[in-house]
Amino acid sequence: MHQRIIDKYLEELKQKLLRMGAEVERVLQLAVKSLVDRDVKLAKQVIEMDRVIDEMELEIDRFCIETLALHQPAAHDLRFVIAAAKITPILERIADHSTSIAEATIRISQTLPMQDYLQIPATAKKAGEMLKGALEALTSEDSEMAREIIRRDHEIDDDYKKTFDGLLKEMIKNPPITATAAQLLFVAKHLERIGDYIKDICELTVYMREAVFIKHHGEQ
Amino acid sequence: MMDSTLEKKELVSFAERVKAEAKNLSFYYGSKQALKNVNLQFIEKKITAIIGPSGCGKSTLLRCMNRIHDLYPGIRYEGEIIMYPSGINIVSPKVDPLEMRMRVGMVFQKPTVFPKSIFENVAFGLKLQGEKNKQVIEERVEKALRMAFLWDEVKDRLKKPALDLSGGQQQRLCIARVLATTPEILLFDEPTSALDPLATARIEELIVELKEKITIVIVTHNMQQAARISDYTAFMYLGELIECDKTIKIFQNPSEKLTEDYITGNFG
Repeated sequence: MHQRIIDKYLEELKQKLLRMGAEVERVLQLAVKSLVDRDVKLAKQVIEMDRVIDEMELEIDRFCIETLALHQPAAHDLRFVIAAAKITPILERIADHSTSIAEATIRISQTLPMQDYLQIPATAKKAGEMLKGALEALTSEDSEMAREIIRRDHEIDDDYKKTFDGLLKEMIKNPPITATAAQLLFVAKHLERIGDYIKDICELTVYMREAVFIKHHGEQ
Repeated sequence: MMDSTLEKKELVSFAERVKAEAKNLSFYYGSKQALKNVNLQFIEKKITAIIGPSGCGKSTLLRCMNRIHDLYPGIRYEGEIIMYPSGINIVSPKVDPLEMRMRVGMVFQKPTVFPKSIFENVAFGLKLQGEKNKQVIEERVEKALRMAFLWDEVKDRLKKPALDLSGGQQQRLCIARVLATTPEILLFDEPTSALDPLATARIEELIVELKEKITIVIVTHNMQQAARISDYTAFMYLGELIECDKTIKIFQNPSEKLTEDYITGNFG
């Protein structure tokens, strides 16, 4: 099969998306590490990284518009460009939530440390794995793999409930820890939202592959 | 698997009426078979675009629909093209091709204006139909020119030679000439391939406007044109109909790989 002019653009778009995905994956991982290790320096580094991701988002936006305007993609090509344009802001939001986790690290560095972060590290590990899987499914256009990850979203939701209940109990049992626990409540919520965003990425992968919208239809 | 909202909307429109229908249609130039058992419906007051690579049979199919082929020797039809509601078989030898061409008008790639005045060009078909009443002819010429978005540009120079008009105006004049005979179906064979983008846009706007009143079939090599203006798109290859569906479906998610390869330029 001959190489079309648009193929070069689509491959470049895929590479840009992959690079952004890898960077977002790294930001999430480092944000949670900064929290667990109470590493303020690392947290500040994560906040800096967010700017790079914002730039990547803008660049991919521009690239998608250029591809649409100049090459008028159709069928699968069109779905790929649309999916890329919709996935980019989702990745950027995952990075924003990761940045918020890093900011929580800085805030709780001034408060009493907690011995147990409950489900948070495990949830973060799951979210990291699911994000990696979502990006793999996206690049290999594996809609079955994407559906499998969508089905795992409830694990993150369940973790959130456990962490929420656990933190409330800690606050009642040990009131001086309340300021730290309150920050961790936000962190748990950020992770829960990240889970939702990963699900959105997977839904777009299904759209790209099968041209069906499963969002809001409750399909798993 | 859940349907998208878009697909749900499609279900509603399937209740639309069929204006013409090719049934097991084959066509031969001498011994060469150019159309192979084509089955295709044309929906009333909708635009159907026929796309496909050169030599796929799309213009041949279009030309079957108003019997233009009959002007050449050695051609042969098999099957039917039924026009509704009359149920007449367009390609039947019992049907008068001249009468058919009044009911199924055609606009070609290059404007085919006659070396006559603007008025005479539009009145030509009417006179051929036997209309002699001067007032009726004048009224219908004006109506046709208005429908073709040309009236305001030519109303003060109806007696001037049509060949003085620009390419885009000449093409709209040809459309007016066809419209004057009030056809039921209007066929366009690459109507804008000889026009600049501005004239093309005007013709496209006109075609979209005309579908309120008439069933339209357009053959085009311009994929974006098919996507912009048609409601249905049929893809042909090597004389066969590969797929026909809602245009949005064809350009977003065609059922056949061959169609996808063609519309994404992955052919060859």
